[in-house]
Amino acid sequence: MTQSESLPEKSSLEAVDAESLSHLYREMLLIRRVEELAAKAYTQRKILGFCHLYIGQESVAVGAAASTKDDYWIAAYREHGQAMAKGVSARAMMAELFGKATGCSNGQGGSMHIFSKEHKFMGGYGIVGGHVPLANGIAWAAKQRKEGRVCVCFFGDGAANQGAFFEALCLAQLYKLPVVFICENNFYAMGTPLHRQSAVTDMSLRALGVGMVREQFEGFDVEVVRDRVAAAADFARAGNGPVLLEIVTYRHRGHSMSDPAKYRPDGELDEKKKSDPIAITRDRLTQDFGISEEDLAAIAESVEVEAKDSWDFAIESPEPDPAKLYDFTYAPEGK
Amino acid sequence: MAMIQIREALRQAMQEEMRRDDSIFLMGEEVAHYNGAYKVSQGMLEEFGEDRVVDTPIAEGGFAGLGIGAAMAGMRPIIEFMTWNFSLVAYDQVVNSAAKIFQMSGGQYSVPIVFRGPNGLAENLGSQHSTSVDSLFAHFPGLKVVTYATAYDAKGLLKAAIRDPNPVVFLESELTYGIKGEVPDEEYVIPLGKADIKREGKDVTLITWGKQLFVVQKAAEELAAQGIDVEIIDLRSLRPLDHETLFNSVAKTGRAVISHEGFLYAGVGAEIAARIQEACFDVLDAPVLRVTNRDVPQPYSTNLEKLVMPSTDRIIDAVRQVVER
Repeated sequence: MTQSESLPEKSSLEAVDAESLSHLYREMLLIRRVEELAAKAYTQRKILGFCHLYIGQESVAVGAAASTKDDYWIAAYREHGQAMAKGVSARAMMAELFGKATGCSNGQGGSMHIFSKEHKFMGGYGIVGGHVPLANGIAWAAKQRKEGRVCVCFFGDGAANQGAFFEALCLAQLYKLPVVFICENNFYAMGTPLHRQSAVTDMSLRALGVGMVREQFEGFDVEVVRDRVAAAADFARAGNGPVLLEIVTYRHRGHSMSDPAKYRPDGELDEKKKSDPIAITRDRLTQDFGISEEDLAAIAESVEVEAKDSWDFAIESPEPDPAKLYDFTYAPEGK
Repeated sequence: MAMIQIREALRQAMQEEMRRDDSIFLMGEEVAHYNGAYKVSQGMLEEFGEDRVVDTPIAEGGFAGLGIGAAMAGMRPIIEFMTWNFSLVAYDQVVNSAAKIFQMSGGQYSVPIVFRGPNGLAENLGSQHSTSVDSLFAHFPGLKVVTYATAYDAKGLLKAAIRDPNPVVFLESELTYGIKGEVPDEEYVIPLGKADIKREGKDVTLITWGKQLFVVQKAAEELAAQGIDVEIIDLRSLRPLDHETLFNSVAKTGRAVISHEGFLYAGVGAEIAARIQEACFDVLDAPVLRVTNRDVPQPYSTNLEKLVMPSTDRIIDAVRQVVER
């Protein structure tokens, strides 16, 4: 195996229109605002522990959801945006970050362990790369049951150096499992830049060793992500096996809330902010779809209301019941 | 009743459960076309086909993780490790994923999965193929840890493990797969978390599990000839632990010796000794002693290997110490 085949250039999705692109824009903006509020809550010690923000990468999750909303998703610990793109409400998200009983993981998980069975969001995981093999099993079950669903697995460029990642690629291709592996290359594994953590900086090339279809592309434009993930999902859904996508993106904040990201070269962040996904889509809406400034302001206002409501909800929600401490260790009979 | 080998008892458990529930599949190295490294899964590929008896590459972390994901998505995988020594490259999957997902998800996703394979001494295999992993897994809430000595227990416990909604670490032994025992013709399941009194006695409680039972039984026979009446408790389940059977026996005998494979230091025996002294301090007539592997990585040479293992003679010495005190 020297070179694997390519994904088709066109996906099964129709091109966006004003309404559908406005919807994607709103989803990205909501993630941005909820993350900004999470940052504020963290500095007020309302959110504790580790908190990894998705700001700057919103186009990846929101674009991916357009074609895979009813599929299975699994992610790492920078997963607030993915969970929300998959359908988890801002309320359930924020309440989990605040450690409240109304959080989507009952206050048991926190920032790194967002789960929502209702939305087939099968978790955020805190061991870098450790969750990637799980995606194969989820896809295995979907394939055995002939559900026609794929498993979308998100991880970072740092995870693409882990043994678990390589083993997962081997097995996924061997068994031709319907998995779309999405490496979100945000240029930093914690504080180590890409060129100092891997001799090959196109992480999608990792797929070639197992004969997997791969593609690398820039993911700042949500329309591009929407279209290319749809093409990958079409491919996997049709029984052709897995795909490894590397989506080049950038995180505007540090690795976590405790990281000021001083390792970045001067000017890099400002340069990257020129390709802020939210700005790109806003420009597209106004320039190509005739969306007015008033329309955009209305979207921003409704996002503000929803984000602030999630804060109030989290504040007002009760803490987890200490009497239930032991209820989450073992599943009861019949589960 | 039929006299069958332990490998057949384990195979029957899997076959019966797989016929009953088509969400169960067996996955591991050499389980299908090779018919199992130790022939436990002999003939199962033929009966169930390649979707349900699945060979894997040598990638324990990868296929353990696959099993966990499948379990979250509603299947009931049985993941075979060719030996538990190899499970350590999948330790992250068992400990950080399988054991914690029900909790991390706030009870949304259960992980009904069995990890099984041979554990402990298999004779002259050197240090990397002779590890007892009992304490490495029994440490963690979220896992159940089960083992057996007899064919009867092997079958009944494995069926219960497969039906359990939680991840179960199921510890077998290369050395005893060929040992025969009586197994009923009719179906039975042995609930997890119940110890079994393998020999009733009044003088001292001798606690063990896994194939060490056979060593302990031999010691008990010799001690009986010396006039010491030993009660043998086969724990069968290291997590959850059957406190009731343990404490009732110690209350009766006032003396306890624990013998198991693996190391003394932070071994499961240490945990049991601690629990016995906490619960039974007032009735104890002697300290609780432990007889385990000596504290060295397993040497290859036969004479040294025998020196390391918790032998009948060392058990007899320990029992005499607590009885004669």
